[in-house]
Amino acid sequence: MMYLPQILFAIVLLASIGYFARNVSKLRRNITLGHDVDVSDNTSQRWKNMAMIALGQSKMVKRPIAGALHVIVYVGFVVINIEVLEIIIDGLAGTHRIFSPIGATYGVLIGIFEILAVLVFVAVVVFWLRRNTLKLKRFWANEMKGWPKDDANYILYFEMVLMGLFLTMNATDLEFQAMNSGNVISQFIAPWFSSFSESSIHIIERSAWWLHIVGILIFLNYLYFSKHLHILLAFPNTYYGRIKPQGQFENLEAVTSEVKMMMDPDADPYAAPEAGAEDEVPAKFGASDVQDLSWVNLLSAYTCTECGRCTSECPANQTGKKLSPRKIMMDTRDRLVEVGKNIDANNGEFKDDGKQLLDDYITKEELWACTSCNACVEACPVSIDPLNIIMQMRQYLVMEQSAAPMELNNMMTNIENNGAPWPYNQMDRLNWKNEA
Amino acid sequence: MSEQLNVPTMAEFMAAGKKPEVLFWVGCAGSFDDRAKKITKAFVKLLHRSKVEFAVLGTEESCTGDPAKRAGNEFLFQMQAVTNIEVLNAYEIKKIVTACPHCFNTIKNEYPGLGGSYEVMHHTQFLKSLLDEGRLTIEGGQFKGKRITFHDPCYLGRGNGVYEAPRELIRKLDAELVEMKSCKSRGLCCGAGGAQMFKDAEPGDKEVNIARTEQAIDVKPEIIAAGCPFCNTMMTDGVKNKEREADIAVMDIAELIANAQDL
Ligand code: SF4
Ligand code: SF4
Repeated sequence: MMYLPQILFAIVLLASIGYFARNVSKLRRNITLGHDVDVSDNTSQRWKNMAMIALGQSKMVKRPIAGALHVIVYVGFVVINIEVLEIIIDGLAGTHRIFSPIGATYGVLIGIFEILAVLVFVAVVVFWLRRNTLKLKRFWANEMKGWPKDDANYILYFEMVLMGLFLTMNATDLEFQAMNSGNVISQFIAPWFSSFSESSIHIIERSAWWLHIVGILIFLNYLYFSKHLHILLAFPNTYYGRIKPQGQFENLEAVTSEVKMMMDPDADPYAAPEAGAEDEVPAKFGASDVQDLSWVNLLSAYTCTECGRCTSECPANQTGKKLSPRKIMMDTRDRLVEVGKNIDANNGEFKDDGKQLLDDYITKEELWACTSCNACVEACPVSIDPLNIIMQMRQYLVMEQSAAPMELNNMMTNIENNGAPWPYNQMDRLNWKNEA
Repeated sequence: MSEQLNVPTMAEFMAAGKKPEVLFWVGCAGSFDDRAKKITKAFVKLLHRSKVEFAVLGTEESCTGDPAKRAGNEFLFQMQAVTNIEVLNAYEIKKIVTACPHCFNTIKNEYPGLGGSYEVMHHTQFLKSLLDEGRLTIEGGQFKGKRITFHDPCYLGRGNGVYEAPRELIRKLDAELVEMKSCKSRGLCCGAGGAQMFKDAEPGDKEVNIARTEQAIDVKPEIIAAGCPFCNTMMTDGVKNKEREADIAVMDIAELIANAQDL
C-alpha cells in the first residue's frame, strides 16, 4: 500500500508520455506527406534565426503590448517547468521536495517561480480580456469562429488554473512555509488556510500537487489538437523558414528541364529520358492538396499560432477581400489532419475521399486576391510563408487546369506573343526615345 | 522634353566593339506605358548628366516573366527568362540597372538559378552610388522644403530589403520626408503586384490603391514619391479618385531629381 501513490504516478506519467509520443509520431507522419525540399543550406543563418525569432521572440515584440505579455508567459512557462522536474522525481521516488536540501538556492528558485506564476496569471488575464472584450479585429475574423476561438480561451483558463494550483500547492505545504525561504508570494496565501486542521491542509496540498502535475500532462497532450503546438514547433519552423530574400520565388526544377528541352534545337523529343530523370517529373505542377505541398509548408501549418498578424497586414484582407493568409494556414492544417485520419482509418493508405485543399477548403477567389506583397511573411512571428502555398496553388490552377481569370490569360498570351503583358509589338519597344 | 534622346543599344555598342558601363533594363512598363515612359526618359537624362556610358537592349528586350510567374505560369516565366538570359549572356552583360522593382527582383533573384548571374541595381540604388561617387549632384530646386512621402514598392522593400537608397535621395532634395503610418517593412502594397495589375480585384469593400492613397493623404504630402511604374499608376489613380490631383503629385524619384535640375 505504501507504494500506491508512486505506482499510480508512474502509470499516469507513462500513459501520458506514451499518448504524447503516439501523437508526435502521427505528426511526423503527416508532415512528411509533403514533398521534400532541400534545407541543408545556410546552417549558421538558420540557427541564428531560430535563436532570434523563436528563442528571442524578436518578431513578437514588434507589437509591444502583446509582445511583452507573451514574453512573460513564455519565460514563465519555460522557467516554471524546471519545477516539474522535481515534481516528477518526487512522484516516482515518493520523496517530498527532493531539491530542497540544496539550501538557499532552492529558496531563490522557488521564489522566482512564484513571482513568475503571478506575472503569468496577470498576463493571461489581460490576454483573455483583450481577446474577449476588446473586439480586436484579428480575433473576431470569420476563420476564428468555433473551435479556434474556444481553443485560444481554453489554454488561457488552463494557464490560470495551473498557476493557481502551483501557488496553492506551495501555500499549503506546511514544511515549505516553515522553511520560510522562497515563499515570496505563497506566504500571503497561506493564511487563507489557517483555520483548517493540519490534516485538511495536507489533503489540500496533496490535491493541488496532483492536479497541478496531471494538469501539465493533460496540457502536454492537448497541444497536438491545438494551435499551442507552436510552443514546440516554432523552433523547427523558424529554423527551416525562409532564408532567401522574400521577393525570390523558387524556380520549379521540373519546368526547367522541360523548358531547356524545348529551347534546345538539338534536343530529340523522342529520346529516352536519362536515367533517374523520371523521378524528377512530378505527377502534377503546383498544388491542389496537402500532399503536393512541401513538408516545410505542412510543418508551418501545424506551427501557426492563429494570431492573425499576417491577416491584419494583408492588403487584400484589409480591403474586404475573402483572402486571409491565416485562413490559408488553418485550412492547410485542417485538411492535413483530415488526410491523416483517413490514412489511420485505412490501414496506412490514403483512400480518395473526393475532397482536396483547393475548392473544398481554399477557394480560387481567395487565391486570386493575393498581391504577392509579402506583408504576411514579414508579419509572422514564427517564420511562416503563407504566400508560398498560395503560389503553389496558383501554379496548379494555371498549369494543370488553365483556370486563370480571363484577364490574366490575356496578359499571358500577350507575353507569349509580344514579349510584354500588353498587346504592343516587341519591335516598338524602343519607340519611346523618339516620342516627344 | 521635345529633343530626341540619345539612347544607344547593345547592338550598336557591339558593332563599335565597345562595352557599356551598365545595361539599362527598361522593362515593359518603362517601354510602353505612357506615364512610365516619362520616368524612363528622366532616368536616361540623369545617366547622361552623370556621364554614364549605358546601353539598352531595345527590341531585343522582352518581358522578364514576373507577371507570368506570380500568376502561376512557371512555364511562361522560364521561357521568358531563358530567352532573356541568352541575350544578356551573349552580350556578356555584367551590370544591370532598372527602374522597375519587379524586373529588379526577378533578374537579381530568379535568373541566377537559370544561368543568368548579374549585378543588378534598382535605379534608386544606382543614383545613390553615382551621388556617392560625386558623379551626380542633387539640388533641391523646386522641391526644396516640399512635403514628400515615399511609398515603398513591395519588391524593393520587403522583397529585397532596400529602404534607404530612395529615402536618402529624397532627403538630398532638401525636402521634408514624411513617413506614412505603414512604411518600410510594414509598407502597405499599392495593389498591383502578383499580377493584380492586369485584372480586376476580387469583391471587397475597397480597392487596395485607395486604401494606400488614403494612408498617404493622411500625412498631408505635396508629393507622393514612388520607385516603381506600377505603384506610380496605382497611386496616381488613387489620387485622382480622391480628387486631389491638383495639390498632390505622384512622381518617381528619378523624375524628382531630373526636374529639380530642369533637365
Ligand atoms: S502576400 Fe498575399 S496573402 Fe500575403 S499579405 Fe500580401 S496579399 Fe495578403
Ligand atoms: S501564419 Fe504566422 S502570422 Fe499568420 S496567424 Fe499563423 S502564426 Fe500568426
